Amino acid sequence: MSSQKRDAAIVGIYEYPDRDVDGELSPLQIKTVCARNALADAGLSWSDVDGIYDASEGLAMSGLFLAEYWGLAPTVIDTTGVGGSSYEFHVAHALSAIREGRCKVALLTYGSTAHSNRMAIGVGGRGMGGINAADNMESFVGQTLVSNYAMVAHRHMHQYGTTSEQLAEISTATRYHAMRNPDAVRAMEDLEFIDIRETTIDDVVNSRMIADPLHLLECCMISDGGGAVVIASSDVVRNTKKSPVWVIGAGEATKYPTNTGDLTVSAGAQSGPVAFGEAGVTAAEIDVAMIYDSFSITVLTILEDLGFCAKGEGGVWVTGGKLRFDQAGGPALNTDGGGLSSNHPGMRGIFLLIEAARQLRGESMAQVVNAQLAVAHGNGGMLGSRHTAGTIILGAD
Amino acid sequence: MAGSRPLPTLDEPDSGEFWRATTTKELKFQRCDSCATTIWYPRPHCTGCLDGTLAWHSSNGFGTLYSYSVVRQSYHPFFRNLVPYAVAYVDVDEGFRILTNVVGIEDPSTELKIGQRLQLVWEEHEGLNIPLFEPAG
Repeated sequence: MSSQKRDAAIVGIYEYPDRDVDGELSPLQIKTVCARNALADAGLSWSDVDGIYDASEGLAMSGLFLAEYWGLAPTVIDTTGVGGSSYEFHVAHALSAIREGRCKVALLTYGSTAHSNRMAIGVGGRGMGGINAADNMESFVGQTLVSNYAMVAHRHMHQYGTTSEQLAEISTATRYHAMRNPDAVRAMEDLEFIDIRETTIDDVVNSRMIADPLHLLECCMISDGGGAVVIASSDVVRNTKKSPVWVIGAGEATKYPTNTGDLTVSAGAQSGPVAFGEAGVTAAEIDVAMIYDSFSITVLTILEDLGFCAKGEGGVWVTGGKLRFDQAGGPALNTDGGGLSSNHPGMRGIFLLIEAARQLRGESMAQVVNAQLAVAHGNGGMLGSRHTAGTIILGAD
Repeated sequence: MAGSRPLPTLDEPDSGEFWRATTTKELKFQRCDSCATTIWYPRPHCTGCLDGTLAWHSSNGFGTLYSYSVVRQSYHPFFRNLVPYAVAYVDVDEGFRILTNVVGIEDPSTELKIGQRLQLVWEEHEGLNIPLFEPAG
């Protein structure tokens, strides 16, 4: 690992603890609370921030407003908005900006009141049509977001013999971790989950079908929430409070429907090798895999695309509970409880970074012993059609 | 009031010509004169080469089920009353993959099989028709 460049590190993190703010806070206010706490976590202050990264989820053209709202004078403003993976893209861009000396302290924030707003993210209809050619050709179908991902699952089952029981391993592993995270348990209580406990494969496959072949317990929650991440240059890192978590590899990609494309392959097949190549590590060396679990199939597909196992072998590979933090044979998956059982306000990418950083600092509620390497992989948009992938490899100090 | 299926607009710049052709129940698609790339969804440029010109062709309306899902839950005012229904990618024989619904079956959760043959069926509306598919035969 000595050849790795260690130019930038995550030095401050904060995850908003409530998943139901009852309409009392705006997304911008959630972002602000998270920013202040993440900066305090780093031992930095507002005046240290010279890079703002934002997905414009709180308001349109946020780059025009955020610096003013917070009283900052940033030298870098980046409002890349590519869905739930935006925050992995932001880390990739911040790494470049810090290496080029264009900023030293990058602030990433996220805030959402999706639950309070009663947003039907998964089962709402898709748009009412007419925005662009793709919308105008697809909106008449009534494809819910869940059914979009479910089409990937069906194709995976058809091509490789993957089963619902195998996909359920993703759900049971994340719930196993969620039950060790008090914030996740409280989230499930506040969102009125029924029968909150560790789940079995049978629980998952016997839960109600939402869009064949995906069951209720294979679908993420819809919560309120937010978070912040502070990334700093190596010279700033010397003066921060906590152990730095180094950004050692980054990759970004997009994928979209084509006439002959393989639906079982995600954009992660492109972003993953770039990130792992830059970091000089392989999937087999990864201790903690924070992979966007919008649905069970998202994780299974991405595990394959990142090289944890060969394409098509994911179903067999995940069997037997090896994704749990206290089991050998595979990385610990989504040790905070994931989008399935802890936090999913619509764009989960920032939480992947936060929990990966906790693990590499030794602060997780489901701590992997001596965790040294983590991957945070965000998927934005829709896995079964157009989506983005951001892969970030992180290393302990 | 269940309302209507959300209908496309006829004047969207890229796909308007496709929808206007559905009034005569023509399933049109584009192919590049230079590099033979089949373009789907419609747009004014070839994605395979820089300088090709695209020509419109008509599909015979047969294809193969590439993948599908059965929607059991929707909050959309029209589709919530349609559940369960099948959304599908169909590989049309002329070489493009269309997102559509498979209709004409009693139980989509048991009667559909990836790889099965399908044929085009039009759902009629005022001013345009919607291309759906049903089992061939």
